[in-house]
Amino acid sequence: MSEDYVLELEHIRKEYPGVVALKDVTLQLRRGEILGLIGENGAGKSTLIKCCSGAVIPTSGKIKVNGKEFSRMTPQLAAENGIAIIYQEFNNVGELSAAENLFLGRPILKKNGIVIDRKAMEEEAAKAFEQLRIKINPRELVKNLSVGYQQMVEIAKAIQQNAQVLIMDEPSAPLTTNEVESMFRVVELLKSKGVSIIYISHRLEEIFRLSDRIEVIRDGEYVDTLITDKDPTTIPKQVDELIKLMVGREMTQKYPPREPCIKDDVVLELQHVYGNGDEDISFQVHAGEVLGLGGLVGAGRTEIAQVIFGAAPKEAGKIIFEGKEINPRSPREAIDLGIALLPEDRKRHGALLTNSIKNNISMPIYGRISKGTVINSKLEHSIAEGYREDVQIKCPSIHQLVKNLSGGNQQKVILSRWLAAQSKLIIFDEPTRGIDVGAKYEIYKLINDLVEDGVAILMISSEMEELMGMSDRIIVLAENKMMGELQKDEFNSDLIMSYASGIIPESKKEAS
Amino acid sequence: MNENKFLTAFKQNAIWLVFIIEIAIFAYFNPKFLSVANIVNISRQVSYYGIASIGMTFVILIAGIDLSIGSIIALVNVVCAYLMMNLGWNMWLAILVSIVMATLIGILNGWMVASIGIPALIATFASQTIFRGCAYLLSGGLPIPGVVLQHPTFGFFARWTLDRWDIFKGLGNVGLIPICAIIMVLCFAIGSFILNKSYFGRYFYAIGGNEEASELSGIRVNRMKYLIYALSGFFAGLAGIVLLSRSGSAQSTAAIGFEFEVITCVVLGGVSVSGGIGRISGVIAGVLIIGSLKSGMIMMNVSEYAQMVVQGLVLAVAVGIDCFSKKRQTN
Repeated sequence: MSEDYVLELEHIRKEYPGVVALKDVTLQLRRGEILGLIGENGAGKSTLIKCCSGAVIPTSGKIKVNGKEFSRMTPQLAAENGIAIIYQEFNNVGELSAAENLFLGRPILKKNGIVIDRKAMEEEAAKAFEQLRIKINPRELVKNLSVGYQQMVEIAKAIQQNAQVLIMDEPSAPLTTNEVESMFRVVELLKSKGVSIIYISHRLEEIFRLSDRIEVIRDGEYVDTLITDKDPTTIPKQVDELIKLMVGREMTQKYPPREPCIKDDVVLELQHVYGNGDEDISFQVHAGEVLGLGGLVGAGRTEIAQVIFGAAPKEAGKIIFEGKEINPRSPREAIDLGIALLPEDRKRHGALLTNSIKNNISMPIYGRISKGTVINSKLEHSIAEGYREDVQIKCPSIHQLVKNLSGGNQQKVILSRWLAAQSKLIIFDEPTRGIDVGAKYEIYKLINDLVEDGVAILMISSEMEELMGMSDRIIVLAENKMMGELQKDEFNSDLIMSYASGIIPESKKEAS
Repeated sequence: MNENKFLTAFKQNAIWLVFIIEIAIFAYFNPKFLSVANIVNISRQVSYYGIASIGMTFVILIAGIDLSIGSIIALVNVVCAYLMMNLGWNMWLAILVSIVMATLIGILNGWMVASIGIPALIATFASQTIFRGCAYLLSGGLPIPGVVLQHPTFGFFARWTLDRWDIFKGLGNVGLIPICAIIMVLCFAIGSFILNKSYFGRYFYAIGGNEEASELSGIRVNRMKYLIYALSGFFAGLAGIVLLSRSGSAQSTAAIGFEFEVITCVVLGGVSVSGGIGRISGVIAGVLIIGSLKSGMIMMNVSEYAQMVVQGLVLAVAVGIDCFSKKRQTN
């Protein structure tokens, strides 16, 4: 072999009882390169990197580090061989200082060999941060650091432990735009120092910006590796190519077309609503309309959704639903009125992961499909089968546990639940977060079908394109207050961004 | 695929295999173990564990715990005997009032856990202490004897013996089957019905899996917690009546440590302590295993202290297997 590979994964296969997570994946990482790793959700990226860290034991296949062959990794072997992983969830201890986190598990001791040498650790940590050209006070408690800096502490820890291979799983997902920029800087700096990096992300623009080569995996199988062409004119073509490789078919449009179908009836109206931190929120949603709710993370969008859904108390103002003032004090009351919420954090608040698809769908309607308290299981079965067909939930059976489904299919199950409950207003909180390209398109099509059937939709989205591509009208929140409203012909990302940052542009001020 | 199904079916029922092996071992060492008298005896002994285990199954399914059931049993014993013996109440009325009281204690537990937010372990530990104290107060720490002697019909539930000198001979059985065993089987049937046929079962499994998501799917989680702790109190109350019928004398010191034996049965039966997983059939096996283990050890002259050691080990192993298989699943 003439190529200098730091890390080689050969024909990795991982079987779980009943599921093959990885069929046959091969990956080669050259010394000092950034390799972008992409694939749809459920393609096996996470499992693959866990094989590298020793968290998962491959059923078959070989792992070579610097030419040394292993049939499996252990966390210790991985550390000894300089493999470090930055997971989506950090492994920091919030109550300890940045320096203490950096030396967690292998503290620097004073000469007596018993007492921790805090000063030496802080000095070393300061040096490590300086190397990465980041300004973190080593004494600061990690929980007080911003998410971006917390990530930097993790990276510094990896480098401190002489990591030669750094694997980053969706590192930009929790970060703000500015934080992403500084993370890129650090990644590029590390590359120039000879560290090899595997960079996993859904955001293709990031992959193009950083990577030298891009490997695509699909359904647990290696698909192709491309050399990144950074010429901006060829990028759109490359993106199409990559999406095709990831999805296995051609994607013509990002957003499915929709006939305007807004009706006159107002389904939901908020009049000066206060509660859950939000102040003075007023808007209307019509039947057959998608009202987009834009703004930065933490602007108070999820909060108002919780108030409407009865999951958080309203303090003042009026909520009018189908012409009647309502005051839901629990999700149950809201559901019975015909209000539904698909939460942002699907795994924690939406799907009942340890329950079957069928039970997930029927959960809010058991009262209706039971005689007394006895479930009509035939009816329950046929309802679930019906939605499996209509919404196209990809699963071997409706008895499958929801935790074994991909993100997109989980979202479809939750949507089916609310369709079964005959909801008239559906609130989508980040409907496609963590969902891959192919399934995204299907979710959009489902949203279109819903509004065509006269359902009113409130869609919270932090993805500008999605917000503008799917909404009929957009209102923007900033710091728990309403900043502005945009009609379809006014959609413009600059305007939305300035509203979201709490700025009302001059032109708008005059108009109002 | 078929092989897989076979494997899961095997895993789900492996507990019954453990039971059969256990029986075989005891029968090998002591042929009397499988005598009619002993089987009847075991079924009487396990009945109140079995009855109380239904409520505990529900509680553990939602990742809770109920440490108060032993004290509830003692208080039910004392109260029921007090009403009948000291106040001269009608037997059925006394039983009804005692069971209602047990259910109310369960509701109190539910209130502490659901509405106040006290962790179940602490809340039910507190009521364990409170109601054990109440039992001591009411009885003055002394037994109230002669309940069945004065009210022979009370023996109906569990008093049954093959000893022909026993004055209660023939009381409390249908053919060879003790009434209390029939009550236990009925309770298992009710438990199985609630878990599998009624929507409450679906709610319990959902809450055990994820409370927040359950609330957001329209389940009134707090109400369900009230219901579950109330049911746990109710079944404990029923178990208390059976115990009183069997012993014939109310003791404020009755059923100390009973909750741990019931928890052992339930967990051994495959109900996961982290909630959301478990089946009644497993719990039945768990109850039978513990019941015959106790009986078998007594017949083999194992000392009471050694029995405690064995039971503790069984609990640790049962929970250990559950946790270990979870750990492996995530790998």
